[in-house]
Amino acid sequence: MPVTFTVNGTSRTVDVPSDMPLLWVLRDVLDLKGSKFGCGLGQCGACTVHLNGAPVRSCQIPSAALQGMKITTIEGLSPDGTHPLQKAWEELDVPQCGYCQAGQLMSAAALLQKHPKPTDAEIDTAMAGNLCRCATYLRIRAGIHRAAEIMADGGKSRAGGTSGAPGGLR
Amino acid sequence: MTTKASTKSNIVTSPVSRRDFLRVSAIAGGGVLLASYFEPLNASEPTGLAALDHNGIAGLGAADPSLNAFIRITPDGIVTIVGKNPEVGQGIKTMLPMLIAEELDVDWKNVRVEQGDFDPTKFQAQVAGGSTATPTNWLPMRRVGAAARAMLVGAAAQKWSVPAAECETAKGVVTHKPSGRTMSYGALASAAATMSAPDLATIALKDPKNFTIIGTRVRGVDTKAIVTGKPLYGIDVTVPGMLYATFVKAPVFGAKVASANVDEIKKLPGVKHAFVVAGETALTGLLGGVAIVADSWWQTQSARAQLNVTWADHPTAQQSSEGYAKRAAELAALAPQRSLRKDGDIDAALKSAAHTASASYYYPFIAHAPLEPQNTTASFKNGLMEIWAPTQNPSPGRALVAKTLGIKEDTITIHITRGGGGFGRRLTNDPMVEAAWIAKEIGVPVKLLWSREDDMQHDMYRPAGWHNFTGGVDAAGKLVAWQNHFVSFGEGTNFASSASIGATEFPAKFIPNFSLGASVMPSGVPMGPLRAPGSNGIAFATQSFIDELAHAAGKDPLQFRLDLLANMQADPAPATPLAAGGPPPQAGFDGPRMAGVVKEVAERAGWGKKLPKGTGMGIAFHFSHRGYVAEVVQASVSQAGKVTVQHVWAVADVGSEIINPFGAETQVQGAVFDGIAQAMAQEINIVKGAASEGNFDEFPLYRMTEAVPVEVFFRKSGNSPTGLGEPALPPVIPALTNAIFAATGKRVRTLPLSKHDLSWS
Repeated sequence: MPVTFTVNGTSRTVDVPSDMPLLWVLRDVLDLKGSKFGCGLGQCGACTVHLNGAPVRSCQIPSAALQGMKITTIEGLSPDGTHPLQKAWEELDVPQCGYCQAGQLMSAAALLQKHPKPTDAEIDTAMAGNLCRCATYLRIRAGIHRAAEIMADGGKSRAGGTSGAPGGLR
Repeated sequence: MTTKASTKSNIVTSPVSRRDFLRVSAIAGGGVLLASYFEPLNASEPTGLAALDHNGIAGLGAADPSLNAFIRITPDGIVTIVGKNPEVGQGIKTMLPMLIAEELDVDWKNVRVEQGDFDPTKFQAQVAGGSTATPTNWLPMRRVGAAARAMLVGAAAQKWSVPAAECETAKGVVTHKPSGRTMSYGALASAAATMSAPDLATIALKDPKNFTIIGTRVRGVDTKAIVTGKPLYGIDVTVPGMLYATFVKAPVFGAKVASANVDEIKKLPGVKHAFVVAGETALTGLLGGVAIVADSWWQTQSARAQLNVTWADHPTAQQSSEGYAKRAAELAALAPQRSLRKDGDIDAALKSAAHTASASYYYPFIAHAPLEPQNTTASFKNGLMEIWAPTQNPSPGRALVAKTLGIKEDTITIHITRGGGGFGRRLTNDPMVEAAWIAKEIGVPVKLLWSREDDMQHDMYRPAGWHNFTGGVDAAGKLVAWQNHFVSFGEGTNFASSASIGATEFPAKFIPNFSLGASVMPSGVPMGPLRAPGSNGIAFATQSFIDELAHAAGKDPLQFRLDLLANMQADPAPATPLAAGGPPPQAGFDGPRMAGVVKEVAERAGWGKKLPKGTGMGIAFHFSHRGYVAEVVQASVSQAGKVTVQHVWAVADVGSEIINPFGAETQVQGAVFDGIAQAMAQEINIVKGAASEGNFDEFPLYRMTEAVPVEVFFRKSGNSPTGLGEPALPPVIPALTNAIFAATGKRVRTLPLSKHDLSWS
């Protein structure tokens, strides 16, 4: 049964098994490889995307539920990689292996929409479901604070040259 | 991701020493390609990398320690450097090119980095393991950069007819100082290709005080691609016309398929192939199982749910964690099967000691659990095998595929993709051989992807281990006797992979009366190196028991450690040579270097300050992978027994330079959290020959809510830089358990903490 939904602003129609999760529709049918598979149980958050603006685990959403939905993935977070979070992630060089980061960024983007100036406690609550096996959590937290600053500052980042970040990573 | 530069035929090859060559060639259309090339030595000659190999990392020691680099300079001034080693988050793809770029004196903005394919004709030692890349590449990579710079300077000097000594370089430009003339590297590249290559062995290197790239915070070369969701990892590989595969193995390690309903599976939606693979016996190779190949990976999973397999009986089904523990206790009660080291007179020293203590320590099997599940894409066409894999160790992978499939190694191409975490798991290439087998069988390109449960239940686990200690301190509170009966896995005189202990492992050589013995039991559980192999368990046991002895002696745990480190024995007995499976001795443990980091971390943490009841500080140090690391953990334990880490301080001495502080800090912080997560609740239980835990709900990783401040300090010493992927992990576990003792008076002798009642009143 074909379903039609919007991905990153473009209408898509797919005809896939009704129980195929959104994650696999994105990765293997629509060739959007940014959202990652980590656990298949909604335990790790690597597959996080926005469904009508809210962060969801795409491995838990069957394709049958997608009709008319609006999906945003990491590929659609910004047109050119300049979302304040993406700028902050580059400034602080947040990733280690980087595999979880698409999910981290999508959870963080939803957080910043609700709380443009989040506290540590708000960050912990919003990000608790996103695992980072390399455990770059301190930089993820710093990156969210930095993105909030960039947003408040009208989108300017300090990135440039070989090194963007000051200390303050502790 | 391959490096292709069309080259003219007039290749200038200049032998620059008996061992190292720099091969220089012109690129069609302008530019220069420089390749450092290693002439293999006689295999019997000891090599740098083999000497660094330890803790049984399969395949490392066998590799030729060739140190190579490729640099391409094009007329636009862009310098392209090929990163030869696999990148799994340790930052090597950024760090190795930094070394070349520094000596080349090029602006980092104009450097591009490409991942090199596995190619033993160009590179050897393409491996991510053992924290070896920094020490083995520190000088060779810089020499290549310096040689390239010298040729560019030579080309400029020739054009201007001036002495090369009057020319200087900076940011990719050669300047003739007296006349003020300048030329860019891009403009000089073609001319440089005609210069004779300088001698790599004697080429002058920069004074570190003039470094402009080394020691600065350089962002990961893939960071932009990561944050924009570009396909980078093995799981992201797409090959035209490919199908998707699942490979279902027996829960019991090594059990084979007796029967399976593959004919029914073949009829399911999207399924193209379903077949039984007989498999072999080695747990690191191709095991028996059922392959399901379909149009999408989801369809393989739906079909898998309908799969009925009868597995043949296998002796490992009789084994369990419980059974191992029972056998370990029996072995501990007997004399060790063999002695690994004996110094002084342990019996007499224990008899005359003022205080003695005995304790047994245990740590469980744990899984690597990299976030990207195991996968490989393979294509077999016209007798040629092409593989895309997030492997940490392609060389033994290729050998395994060749041997198992009965094809020649030179018909196999391996593309190394970025790995979504490794931690040692991807040193073993079992997923690669599975994908290759299926691809050859079906004749269509295929992407094999494991589920999370496949990954957790078919790991090469960190071996469990048991340490049975007795120690003695004299009336002055000095540690004078140390006895350890280490019980582990193996057969005869062989330890299982990463289940060994070295005869020079600390505190060997620091205690006059010292005895280290070992007993092993067989096991059918697959085991292998996990981040800081050996050390990640040994440090917990050793540094905890040192703490116990400090308290037995009535001494402050910090002072007791410093006294011990000051007691390096001048002439220790030679270590007993180890049998196969044992690690070669770690290169020199230096007491004063370790004392330096221990003192500094104590100062940084404010060791000795008054803390509220239920809160404590613990200290520990460990030497591994040539790195000296000491850590202090401050933790609180609620009266109900809940442990909360509050703050961690880490001081590391990994030599004279921190090449990329961006990477170095995050490696230490990540290793600290990794270790705490292991200690808190990670355990793989073997029940009836199979792993019980399957996903993150049963094997908890660290979370954002637990991310407390970790202050990282590097203590620069006059030693050559060494690696940081591993050595920061081991000390944090005993620092935490020692903090729990300080907070509650409860000594944790077995992991994980989740199994302990730590409540107090």
